[in-house]
Amino acid sequence: MEQPEQLSFDFYKEQPRIVRESRDELRLKLGEFAGPLDLLLYLIKQEQANIFDIPIAKITDEYLKYIRLMKTLDISVAGDFLVMAATLIEIKSKMLLPNDVSEEAEEEMEDPREALVRQLLEHQKFKNAAQMLYERTTVEEAVFARGKIESDENNAETNATVFDLLSVFQRILARRVEEIQMEIEREEVSLAEMLNNLKRRVFEEKELSLLKFFEEMRSRREIVTAFFAILEIVRTENIKLTQSATFGDIILKKME
Amino acid sequence: MEVEEKQPRGIAEIVSIVEALVFVADEPITVKILAEVLEEDKETVEAAVEELKREYDERAGGLQLREIAGGWQISTRTEYHEEIRKFLKTRPSAKLSLAALETLAVIAYKQPVTVPEILEIRGVQSASAIKTLLDKKLITAKGRKETVGRPMMYGTSRDFLLQFGLKDLSELPSIEDFEDLAQGA
Repeated sequence: MEQPEQLSFDFYKEQPRIVRESRDELRLKLGEFAGPLDLLLYLIKQEQANIFDIPIAKITDEYLKYIRLMKTLDISVAGDFLVMAATLIEIKSKMLLPNDVSEEAEEEMEDPREALVRQLLEHQKFKNAAQMLYERTTVEEAVFARGKIESDENNAETNATVFDLLSVFQRILARRVEEIQMEIEREEVSLAEMLNNLKRRVFEEKELSLLKFFEEMRSRREIVTAFFAILEIVRTENIKLTQSATFGDIILKKME
Repeated sequence: MEVEEKQPRGIAEIVSIVEALVFVADEPITVKILAEVLEEDKETVEAAVEELKREYDERAGGLQLREIAGGWQISTRTEYHEEIRKFLKTRPSAKLSLAALETLAVIAYKQPVTVPEILEIRGVQSASAIKTLLDKKLITAKGRKETVGRPMMYGTSRDFLLQFGLKDLSELPSIEDFEDLAQGA
């Protein structure tokens, strides 16, 4: 069991509300701060401070306390948190510098907090937008469209995937194993020749059955070449593969 | 066969055919496709869809007709999700993390947007959130920005509209609407 009190060793003057929380709870809470801007917004809220008039010294102290706390808890402090720490310290020091009292300078001087405030407001807007998206998904999860019916799957326009292609290919190869036992060496077709042949066929016939095309091949080697030619033609030409039933024939179709 | 003069359909019949088509379509069906199948003009089909929607709303039954991702879909009403889940034996899928939702919000409103631009608003690196959103197909790469380093730009996908029940991106409330909330913080 973890004794929360142990934490107080690391922080002189740590606030009781932090020490009281158990280690896991705290870890959880820190985990919620998706980034330094979240942590900053949280601290401003805690202090009930006005976002347009941030008590920068107080908030910077609080922020650094959290960073130290995260380190003690072995929560890796992302670089983004450190960058923000540096920014806060920079703003704090700028605000400590004596003001140039001359009228002219006063008008031109920008509040060193301004850029940060703008960033916080912008971030806050998107946090709210994220909340809206979260609510929308919750509603959407309660809405169901009809389940898939058989005709969806049998739709001839269903695109055949490369796996469908492979399974047709395998079936033909398996059949060929038995058929071709004795093979006399013959001239083999190159991939380029096969591709030209295939292109001509598809352009002439508009639709080409792959089963039929594979059947015409004379050897395993040719089937393999044909397979590569098909992959190539689909990639380079405006051609669609359709399959009307699972494990069914695949049709090469020339698109308009 | 004799060439028969095609009888013009009455609006009631068109409404019925639209209902049948929306029912069989496994994806939201667009007015354009409905008009093509029916061989009617777009205005007639739009009127029929509106009429059908009115009928569904009036009846207030278990189903609703709604416009989503640019098309029309028949779906169940939210009220009956418990019984439906009991029957389908499903649970709600895992919700997106806060970081992922925030990143998605930035992308949805600022698209096309690059990783450095997202970092600027979120104040934190968003690489893993972006990967999650890409894996879930909620966002897609939209080319590269012609600037230093040519960073990849991201935008929301059609799946985003489907999952968040949106007609189109214009249905998202204006980002300025969240400002009032912000100042109340």
